[in-house]
Amino acid sequence: MSGWALVAAGGAVGAALRYAVDRGLRLWHDGPFPWGTLLVNLLGSLTLGALTGALWAGAAGERLGLLLGTGLCGALTTWSTFSYETLRLAETGRWPAATGNVLASVGGGVAAAWAGHALAVSWWG
Amino acid sequence: MTADGRGHRDVEPEPIDPDLPPEPGPGRAPVRPRAEALTLAAVAAGGALGALARYGAALRWPTRPGAFPWTTVGVNVLGCLLIGVLLVVLTEAVTARPLLRPFLGTGVLGGFTTLSTYAVDVETLWREGRAAAGFALLGATAMLAMLAVTLGAWGTRRALRPMLARGGARPGAGRRS
Repeated sequence: MSGWALVAAGGAVGAALRYAVDRGLRLWHDGPFPWGTLLVNLLGSLTLGALTGALWAGAAGERLGLLLGTGLCGALTTWSTFSYETLRLAETGRWPAATGNVLASVGGGVAAAWAGHALAVSWWG
Repeated sequence: MTADGRGHRDVEPEPIDPDLPPEPGPGRAPVRPRAEALTLAAVAAGGALGALARYGAALRWPTRPGAFPWTTVGVNVLGCLLIGVLLVVLTEAVTARPLLRPFLGTGVLGGFTTLSTYAVDVETLWREGRAAAGFALLGATAMLAMLAVTLGAWGTRRALRPMLARGGARPGAGRRS
C-alpha cells in the first residue's frame, strides 16, 4: 500500500470512529456539551503521543505512522467540529461551558499526548 | 452533532423530515440502521478525503524537524473557517441533502483538521526545551481557530442575510448547529 492509501484507510476509520463515539454518547446522554468530540480528541492525542514514542524507540515504522498517526489519529481528532461546537456554546450564552471546552480540549490534549509518549518510551525505550 | 437542540435561546424545533413520526424521546434521534450505515459511510469517505488533503499539504509544505509546524496551524485554521461557512449554509440557509453535513462537515473537514498532531507538536516543543514556541503554538492555534470559525459563521450569515430576508430559509431553520 502506498502512503496515500494508508492515510486514506486510517482517515476513513478515524472519522467513522469519531462519529460513532459522538453518536453513541448522545444516545446515552444528550445535552449541549460536546462530550463526544472532547473524548475523541483526548483519546486521539493519547494514541498519537504513544505512537510518536514508539516511532522514536524504533518499535513502529513509518508506514504504521502514516496509517495510525496521519490517518487514524489525525481524522479521529478534530479542530473544526470542536471550534464550531465551542462557538455554538458561546452563541447560546453558555460561556463557562465554551471556555471549559477549549481548556479541556487543548490542555487535556497536550497532557494526553505527554502521557502517551511517556508510556510508550517507558515501555519500548 | 446537535450540541444545543434544547438550548437557552433556540427553542424552535427543526423539522428534519415532516413525514417522519415524532422522535421517541426528548432530544433522541431514532436509530434507523440503514440511515445510520449510510451516514457512517459518508463520514468515512469524507474522512479519507480530508486526511488525504492534510497529508498532501504536509508533503507540499513540509515541516523540518524542530521547526514551527506552520502547515498544521494553517490546515486547522482553514478547516475551522470552512466549517463555520458550511454549517451556517447547511443549517440556516438551504434544505440540505441529509448526507451532505456528515460527508463535508464531520467527514472531510473533521478528517482534514487534527487536534492530536497539534497536541503532540506542543508537547514535543516543550520536551525539547522550546517552551516559548510551544506556548506560541498552543495559544496561536486556539485563538486563530476560534477567530476563523467565528468569522466564517458570522460572515456567511451576513452574506446570506438578503437571501434569508427574501424567505430563502427553509421553514423553521433557526440558529442551531
